[in-house]
Parts: sequence; structure tokens; C-alpha cells
Amino acid sequence: MISLQRIHQQWFSNIRGDVLAGAVVALALIPEAIAFSIIAGVDPKVGLYASFCIAVVIAFTGGRPGMISAATGAMALVMVMLVKDHGLQYLLAATLLTGVLQIGAGWLRLGALMRFVSRSVITGFVNALAILIFMAQLPELIGMGWQVYAMVAAGLAIIYLLPYVTRTVPSPLVTIVVLTAVTLWLEIDVRTVGDMGELPDSLPIFLLPEVPLSWETLRIIFPFAATLAVVGLLESMMTAQIVDDLTDTPSNKNRECIGQGVANIASGLVGGMAGCAMIGQSVINVKSGGRGRLSTLLAGVFLLILVVFLGDWVQQIPMAALVAVMVMVSIGTFSWSSVRHIATLPKSSTTVMLVTTLVTVFTHDLAQGVLAGVLLSGIFFAHKVSRFMWVGSEASADGRSRRYTVQGQVFFASADAFLASFDFKEVLNAVVIDLSRAHFWDITAVGAVDKVVLKFRREGTKVELLGMNEASATLIDRHGETDTAAAIDTTEPWHKKADSP
Amino acid sequence: MNLSLKTIACVDASSASPDVCDWAAWAARRLDTPLELLHVLERQSEPSPLTDFSGTLGMDMREDLLQDLASIDEKRSKLAQEHSRLLLGQLTARLKTAGLLQVTQRQRHGDLSENLLDLQNETRLFVLGRHARISATGKMHLDHHLERAIRSVTRPVLMAAGAHREPQRFLVAFDNSPTGRKTVERIALSPLLRGLTCHVVQVSSDAVSSKQALTWARDTLLAEGFEVTTTHATGEPEEALVDYAHAHEIHLLVMGAYGHSRIRQLILGSTTTTLLRTSAVPVLILR
Repeated sequence: MISLQRIHQQWFSNIRGDVLAGAVVALALIPEAIAFSIIAGVDPKVGLYASFCIAVVIAFTGGRPGMISAATGAMALVMVMLVKDHGLQYLLAATLLTGVLQIGAGWLRLGALMRFVSRSVITGFVNALAILIFMAQLPELIGMGWQVYAMVAAGLAIIYLLPYVTRTVPSPLVTIVVLTAVTLWLEIDVRTVGDMGELPDSLPIFLLPEVPLSWETLRIIFPFAATLAVVGLLESMMTAQIVDDLTDTPSNKNRECIGQGVANIASGLVGGMAGCAMIGQSVINVKSGGRGRLSTLLAGVFLLILVVFLGDWVQQIPMAALVAVMVMVSIGTFSWSSVRHIATLPKSSTTVMLVTTLVTVFTHDLAQGVLAGVLLSGIFFAHKVSRFMWVGSEASADGRSRRYTVQGQVFFASADAFLASFDFKEVLNAVVIDLSRAHFWDITAVGAVDKVVLKFRREGTKVELLGMNEASATLIDRHGETDTAAAIDTTEPWHKKADSP
Repeated sequence: MNLSLKTIACVDASSASPDVCDWAAWAARRLDTPLELLHVLERQSEPSPLTDFSGTLGMDMREDLLQDLASIDEKRSKLAQEHSRLLLGQLTARLKTAGLLQVTQRQRHGDLSENLLDLQNETRLFVLGRHARISATGKMHLDHHLERAIRSVTRPVLMAAGAHREPQRFLVAFDNSPTGRKTVERIALSPLLRGLTCHVVQVSSDAVSSKQALTWARDTLLAEGFEVTTTHATGEPEEALVDYAHAHEIHLLVMGAYGHSRIRQLILGSTTTTLLRTSAVPVLILR
């Protein structure tokens, strides 16, 4: 009964909005699916079938109602080399494996790992994506006749200016219709979608990839499938978060992981490429009033109907119109505020963002970019936390012994500073080191203490350690205890004194 | 006065709310607890009035859209809060005129059952109307809300129905299950129904074992000073209980909640659900 209510809520609570938004999104998906097929180096029908299939399947299996998934640029960029070297059949096999890996990730609840991907990394990811989508349009622009430039400029003008006149029709659609009509009427000789490869002429049919079932095949497709799985889940989780924020409703991230996997397997079985959630399309969906699963389903269904029945017309679309739409997509995807606010943001955050973007742009691999960004943000964080360590000391009245008090976080990044805080040259009888307000996070910290004790001993100084047990409690990986207020409270004092030395 | 636990009356903009308040006031007096009026403001799931089908992705559109949607929600929520404050003010005034002074108000966002779950540790009794929420989508929803609330909380729930009048007689639907016996024991010990005439009715096909069980129920209640009548009836529990309540001018129905498994309920529906839908008098559900 609860589930019936949920089904009603997720599917039928916003029928009018979902139908209209589904139509708007379907119209926007067509040029994107074609463009991303071209990026991947496959026939447009591969991307179109994938978009239809993924949108329809994810409507049922996904964890975020109202999010749009289809063939995407991020995924297309990963598969370029696979298609080039081994062909379409290996791409389909890799797509199936991607789905399996994603289901495994969802089953292992790896969606929770997203919390290690910081905001700066996400911004770097979308910026890199925008730049790569833009760069993928360049082959259609460089070395072309003036007609192409004129058409792209006209297309962009329609896309951005038409909304000032009316917001009732999708302006990218108007761009495509107008530019196609002009090309046909004036018989301008430019490249069209039909020149790029085969379009769908029927409903998709079930087929298994024609690849040998061997280790050799697995060796070829596994690296691609693993990257596709990671990139797909990353973009899907990011998009789910964006839709969560926009609609102020929660989503089920692990269900989304599994749903993405199921959708990719389905896509691979009807001859489609791997896909994932789309940031731009999901934003368009929400903006057009789509909220429920119905919007995603209808986007897929409308797309297929349009493509199969208007296939002859779709062939006539000039590439210039597609380029104009994709330039809009890349402008919309780019996070302009990250550049505008660059002066006010912390330098470490900006560095992480830039590194993520640059690594991605140069490797064409969003997974590597994100990995670099996550590593770098981890290093920056460790560096910041390492400054929260303070060692004070007080000599006894007779000057023959000294008491050191250590406070704060001792770990690999602060171990050197820890060592340097002790004055081994001072001639002392005895030293007391009070560690009860310090936290040892790793073996490096313990090693540093051993070193200090040894050095003092060699100078003939007797060493007494206080509070070693309290300090190393954090070592035993019992993080649960620090969830209580009392446990956190004991870590407080250093916080106030940390800036003093 | 038992200050640690409250009687919470869940009110809304529906016409049933004054009755809910009156019944809750009666219960709070009898239980000697403070009374709290709770209004749960559910976010309207209707789509925002944006009608932008341009499909264009401009610069910083994500941020702009977020701002637009947030300000629309903000306006709506502010309005809903205002309405809610007025409503709670009116109901509080009504209770104050009726002489109840310990009345507090509470507004919460979100889903009714989730909020009741959050509040149940400080609650002795929840009082709900049959139409816990009026939804725009239709009648099917109405009972779901009440049902979900009853299913999720572990505190007693009183479903108010009809205008309040001082009850004289109440009926205990008894089935001699562990839950049923627990229900009888809890009534015997609670101050809520003390001094009222108690009708214990068992609907079953087995008159002999039923007699034994009813004797136990009578003794338990008699020991706490209740005036007790016991009856054995046959037939469908829903109909037999309603018929009995009608014939004996019962003012309040008491029963344990949802004894059967979920699967059985899914197929057959439960006695509890049916009685909640059909009863002309308030129903007290003990968990």
C-alpha cells in the first residue's frame, strides 16, 4: 500500500508537466545522441537506440525520478579508441560489461564513495566535459566554407534569441528546422547527418554482440568497461545530486547505480552504446516542468517515434545545425561561476578544479581527471590538517628536566613537524612527553614517537611517555567512537591553540 | 500532571479539525497530559508554474533555475506557514474557551507519518481525523495517510469521528490473541476510559472457547473497577462489530492494531482498516 502510493507519486503525480517536459527533452536528445555517436565514431543509430533504450529502462529502474539518462558525451569520449581499434561489436560487448560492473557497484553500495569527490572536482569534471564537447565540434568547423560558419552563427542566434520572443517552443528544434529548410531550399552543399552513417529505420531488435567469448576479448574490453562504469556512475551521481537540489527531494543513489547498469545492459543488447545520466538534459527536464519517472520514459518513447518515422528528414539535418546545438550544450554545461569567482575561492579548491579539468582535457578520460582531482584534494586536506599540531614545552625549575606537551593531529603529513619540535641538543636528565591530548592516526606517527624516544635515550636522557593509550586510540580504526560528542570534545582543546605557535 | 508525555492532536485545514481538537482535549483531560496541536505542512507536489519549454541551456542555468525554484517554494511555504498559524490560533482559541489551558502549538514540515515517528517518544496519544490530509488527487489517498500513520507509530492512536460528546459506553473488539489480551490489560490500567461502561465483544465461530476468553477479559476489567458486559457474536467481524455498536449506542471503539500479516492485508484488507473507514464513532487503536 505504501509502495502503491509511492508508485503513484513517482509516476503519475505530475502527468501534464511530465508529458510536456518529456517531449521537450526528446527533441533535445535527438541532436545530442547523433552528435555523441559521431564523437564515439559509430553510426548515429547506435546513439539513438542507446538513448531510447536507456531512457526507457532507467525510468523504471533508476533511483532518481525526473533525471534523464541517455547516450552521453562523457561516455562517448571514453569509447573512441575502442571503436577505432576493434569496431562496434567490441563496443557493444564493453557496454554489457559496463552494465554488469555498475550493478556490482550498486550492490556493493559504492555510491557512498561519492562523498570523497569534492565540489571542486565536480566543477572540474563538468568544465572538462564542456570543453571536450566543444572541441569535438571543431572538425565540423575547421576548414569548412563560409556557409557553415554563417549557419552555425544563425543557429546560435536562434537558440539564444528566440526565448526572448517565445518560450513555448524549444529553440534548438526551431534552429534545426529552420537551418534544414534553408539548406534544402537554397540547395546549399553542406554535410548532413545522413553523411555521418546509418540512422534507425526500424524499432530496435535484440541482438548479442558478435565477439569471440575469450580471455582476449575480456582483456580488450575490460579497461574500457571499467572506465565507462566509473565515468557513468560519477556523472549519474552528480546529476542525481543536482536534481535532488533543484527539486528539494531525496533520491536512492544505490538504486540509481544498479538502474544505470541494467539500462546499459539493455542498451548493449539492442545495439546501443553505453550511456549515463545527462546534466544538461536533466536540468532542461526540470526547467520544463518534468518531475516524475513518466518524463524520462516519454523522452525515450518520443525520441524513438520521431527518429523512426521522421528518419528521412533527420538525414537532411545539416551538421552545422547540430554543431550549433552542441555549442549551446557545452556553454550550458560549463560552470561559468567557477571562473567568475576564481579570485574569491580558496586557492587549493581552484587548483583542484583546474587540475581535474586539465588532466581530463589532455587524457580525454574523465575518470583519470577525477582521480587526479580526488588525490590532490586529499593531499591538500592532509596538508591543512597537519597544521593542527602543536608541541609546547616547559623546563623544570632546576633546568635538568623538561615536560613536552603534544596536542593535535600527528600523522604522515605532520610527523616531520612533530620531530622538529623537540630540542635534542638540550642537555637533560629526564624528559616527560604528554601525549594525552594528541591523536595518532597512522604508523608514521607511532614511528615518529619511537624515533624521539630513541634520540633522547642516545643523549642519555630518560624519557617518560604520558597518555600514549589515549593518543593511539584513533589508530585502531574505531572511528565509531568519535561520533559521540564526548569523544569529539576531547579533540577540541588543540583547536584553539593551534594558531598560537 | 504528567509533563513528560503529551497528547498530540494532528490537525489540518479540513472541517474535521475542530472535532479532532475536542476529542483530543477530552483525552488530554482524562490522561492528565498537556495537549499539543500539530500541523504538518506538506510540500505541495504540484509542479511549479514555470512554463519554459525553450529547451535552451544558457550560462549558469543550473544556478539560475535553482534560485527560481527555491523562490517559488519560498513564497508557497511562507503562505502555508501563515495559513497554518491562523488555523492553529483559531483551534487554540476554541480549546481555551472550552477551558483547556495547557495547549501548545507545533508546526512541522514534511510527511505526516515521518513526523509522528519523530515525535512519538514525547507522546502518550495521537489524535487524528479520518481525513488526516485533504489531497487534490482524490479520495483514495485519504485513508492511506491515516493508515500509514497508524502502522508506523508505536503509540496509541485515537481516530476522531463526528462531533465530540462525553462518551458513556465503549466497545472492545476482542479476539483472545496475545495482542487482544494486551489491549484489554492496557485499557484496564489506563485512566482514559475509567468509569465508562465496557462492552467486550468477541466475534468467532467457536462459542465455547470464546466464553472462557471473555470471562478472563471480564475479570481483568472488573478487577480495575469497570462495569463490564461481554458478548459473543458470529459472522464477519467488521459487520458484527458495527451492528453491535449501533444497537448498543456505543460511543467509542477500542481495538489492537493490525494483527494479521501484511500479505494477508494486501489481499483481504484488515478488520482494523475496514472499521477505520466505516465506523461512525471514534476508534482507539492500541499497539
